[in-house]
Amino acid sequence: MGLLFSIIAIAVLIILAIAGAAIPGLHPVFTVALPYLAIAIFIVGVIVRVLKWAKSPVPFRITTTSGQEKSLPWIKQNKLDNPSSSLGVIGRMALEVLFFRSLFRNTKAELKEGTKIAYGETKWLWAFGLLFHWSFLIVFLRHFRFFADPIPFFVKYLETLDGFFQIGVPIVYLTGIGLLVALTYLFLRRIFDAKVKYISLASDYFPLLLLIAIATTGIIMRYYVKTDLVAIKQVAVGILSFHPITPAETISPWFYIHFFLVNVLLIYFPMSKLMHMGGVFLSPTRNLANNNRMAYHENPWINDENYFKLHRHTYEEYEDEFRVLMKGAGLPLEKEVVNQPAKDGTEKEDK
Amino acid sequence: MYDSGKILIGIVIFIIVFSSPIWTNWLNPGEAKTPDIKLPANYKECVADKDYMKAYHMDLLNQWRDKVVRQDIRFLTKNNKPFMIDGQRAEMSLTKTCMRCHDNKAEFCDQCHNYMDVTPYCWNCHIDKYKAPKDVVPNEEDNKQ
Repeated sequence: MGLLFSIIAIAVLIILAIAGAAIPGLHPVFTVALPYLAIAIFIVGVIVRVLKWAKSPVPFRITTTSGQEKSLPWIKQNKLDNPSSSLGVIGRMALEVLFFRSLFRNTKAELKEGTKIAYGETKWLWAFGLLFHWSFLIVFLRHFRFFADPIPFFVKYLETLDGFFQIGVPIVYLTGIGLLVALTYLFLRRIFDAKVKYISLASDYFPLLLLIAIATTGIIMRYYVKTDLVAIKQVAVGILSFHPITPAETISPWFYIHFFLVNVLLIYFPMSKLMHMGGVFLSPTRNLANNNRMAYHENPWINDENYFKLHRHTYEEYEDEFRVLMKGAGLPLEKEVVNQPAKDGTEKEDK
Repeated sequence: MYDSGKILIGIVIFIIVFSSPIWTNWLNPGEAKTPDIKLPANYKECVADKDYMKAYHMDLLNQWRDKVVRQDIRFLTKNNKPFMIDGQRAEMSLTKTCMRCHDNKAEFCDQCHNYMDVTPYCWNCHIDKYKAPKDVVPNEEDNKQ
């Protein structure tokens, strides 16, 4: 259902872009109004989401991290997986953000010989996830040549490295292939792995299909159906220097599809799971040092005057609420169930 | 809001990074000039039409290279007849055909290539005659002799 919905949504978006390319009167909507709207929604939306997250208190350090915590001097601490200092936390965050440390720990459970359950390592998701994210970053940075004027210094180095093997003309970029291969894996995984398919929603398929469509149209424009790049760059520089121009008629519809879908991505970004770009930095299990008993941690609500007026749900009340059920489950009770008919006001007596 | 200092640092970094194309365009306006191509004054004919050449010239040169280097096919044909430009058989050669008319790399090739940050490896072998030392490239008067 989610898959069908996503496919239809992408198809509708592509048709919209083709229509936009076919009707010259609509060109300013697609190359001026929409990009400004998309950039504004992206930047403001990401900030709003992060500020919303920042309003949640994290009252204690979550220490369920793999690796030995700091303990007695003769027990070796795992300083990167279970850090107790800020420097260690920075190291752990760097491993997480740059190399997906948590995903590297991924395991799978399988039934062997009938009913024996076996756990094993599985690195495929980590490998293709890493391939996708790094390729996407490099592809994005390379795109500075299309919209930055002057072009930043790093673009040339990236292009040289990315086209290291000098295959074909224009030279094939390895990250272009990597991006599409990784996205294809991530997409097929959601279709052919029954467990993953069961938990996949439209919000999982849609961004993958959107990125696949963006990468495909980009690759088509670079290697197959070429278009007037100088005219495209003039449009892009016009937008970013706040002197938008009317796009030349030599720009092909492929560009309109590519560009429109990128705008959709920017708009979709802050309101979707793609916000893990900001969220990874706010993961409490990653960004807090394990110094629960080494440092004083103040209750974040301690200065809130309403905090002490809050009604506290005590254990007595909890047991009152669930006593009969707890008795039935064989749990130990502080007060026994009073064996009186319930109609006779048992609850009053308990309280 | 909790940890507001760290959150604000993060947000500031986010804004700087993702608005960098905007402020780099502002800080150095118009440093990379928009292409200003000088077309040859004396020649009107080309091996293909303008729109095709604009988008696909690299494909064309690549095909020429393969034909000349790997198959020893040196001259252009059209409809099985030799393709003539300016009364001469057109050779599949960057130096002898393309650059006979478009003779100034800086005023023709480089205009778009620099603007779009394209560094074709044509010039690893081919020579820009305006930059080469005089004893490397025979000047046109030498050719006439």
